[in-house]
Amino acid sequence: MYEIIAFYLFSALTIGLFLITVMSKNVLYAMTSLAAGMVLISGFFFILGADFLGVVQLIVYVGAVMALYSFAMMFFDATRDIKEKNTNSALIFLLGGLSAVVLVLIFAAPIHSDAIQALYPMHEGVGNAQDVGIVLFTKYLVPFEVAAVMLLVAMIAGIILAGKKMDQSLTEDMAADDEIMTQKDAK
Amino acid sequence: METTLVENLPEVTAVGVLIKAIIILAVISAIAGFGTYIERKVLAFMQRRLGPMHVGPYGLLQLAADGIKLFTKEDIVPQNANKFIFMIAPIITAATAFIALAAVPVFPDFTIPEFIPLLGGTFVPSIAADLNIGILFVLGMMASGLYGPLLAGMSQANKWGIIGAARTAVQFLSYEVVTGLSILAPIMIVGSLSFVDFNNAQSEGIGSWLIWQQPVAFVLFLIAGFAETNRTPFDLLEHEAEVVSGYATEYSGMRWGMFFIGEYANMITISIIAAIVFLGGYSEGTLGWLTIVLKVGFFFLLMLWVRASWPHIRPDQLMWLCWKVLMPIAVINVVITGIVMMV
Repeated sequence: MYEIIAFYLFSALTIGLFLITVMSKNVLYAMTSLAAGMVLISGFFFILGADFLGVVQLIVYVGAVMALYSFAMMFFDATRDIKEKNTNSALIFLLGGLSAVVLVLIFAAPIHSDAIQALYPMHEGVGNAQDVGIVLFTKYLVPFEVAAVMLLVAMIAGIILAGKKMDQSLTEDMAADDEIMTQKDAK
Repeated sequence: METTLVENLPEVTAVGVLIKAIIILAVISAIAGFGTYIERKVLAFMQRRLGPMHVGPYGLLQLAADGIKLFTKEDIVPQNANKFIFMIAPIITAATAFIALAAVPVFPDFTIPEFIPLLGGTFVPSIAADLNIGILFVLGMMASGLYGPLLAGMSQANKWGIIGAARTAVQFLSYEVVTGLSILAPIMIVGSLSFVDFNNAQSEGIGSWLIWQQPVAFVLFLIAGFAETNRTPFDLLEHEAEVVSGYATEYSGMRWGMFFIGEYANMITISIIAAIVFLGGYSEGTLGWLTIVLKVGFFFLLMLWVRASWPHIRPDQLMWLCWKVLMPIAVINVVITGIVMMV
């Protein structure tokens, strides 16, 4: 009974918050509702008994949305509304609606045909983290390692892109200022 | 809800958890208030001053005076601020700090005596929500707590606030990496994420405390904990000599007070984690709970001690310390722990 109430409460709140994310013209409202929605999604994992995944969702998305916030901080005035440039809203509505329907069909299909069954069910008396770890390091070992390598590539690329002028201090060394000015002139 | 409690304990009921939640709220709020008095007194003694002396004996009633001031002060919302976000930001800080406390053992479990009407015989557990992944939950909840300063700084239409918010994002995100990596090594040794398992693994006296096996992780966790609770060597978010008051510049009255309560609750949470993970936690029996109270008190005092002894550091020093010193040491510590465990 509690679970049904919690499920519908979380569902309504999540959908409502993500609607605000899409509809709002204020960066701060959009980002905050996105973060709150991500936190509420972890509630679904807790209802399903997947405590570990719920907490991972919480930690990962709190950090991820936080990075988006820093971009919003750099690009926009958070206290004012943004003028959006919407071209051809009918087309956007059509495409968005179509992709939503396709997504719902994809995820609803196996449920309809009763073909859904757990290949790696949870073991009684074993913790969440252990179960996830066993599946991750047996069946999904290759995707797991590939994802790790991709993250490493992204990290190295990020460091190289950002690290070109790292040895120069922006505040103490005037040569860095000159360098920035010459690059601006070149543009 | 899965529980790791010992089997012979009475059943945990919803009423018991509710009573527990109310006790945590009341006691931790009171400690947060009393903590400000202790902090001022301890700092004063360390700096050869007297501290608050005029209100009541030894300034004890200063607490009440501060409380009255906080509650009766005008609640100012700046004109150009995003009012809704501005008003909920302090609530996020305070609420997440208390939600994090739901998963750590605070005070012993007890049964309410039968002679009390209505609630007699209710079992009140020591942990409000005994999750199997308690440590991760607490760290995750403290991570969500950083939305409080961030939103406060961004919504208040104040440049110092924006700087405070930017520092929040940088500092907390960086030091979360160190907290997670440093606590990973003890987790590998114990093989569980539950606070109860940690406590049981170290129940054989001082010799079995994890601090002896993981001294590096302990120091790293303490340093990162100071940064995550915004304590003095790392309190760049509201560094008054640089950014007025950072994210809290425009706040007044009880909304400012809620940031304060959240910060003190986080200090207590970090102290409890450090006491349970590294210093053996609580012992069995009624008096066993005194040991964890003493340990938590020691960490609280340590935070004040460090504040009295060390100056602030610059933001670039903070980032240097995190990414070039602490994080590599934490990774090496995890690798060495893994090798020692496998060999």
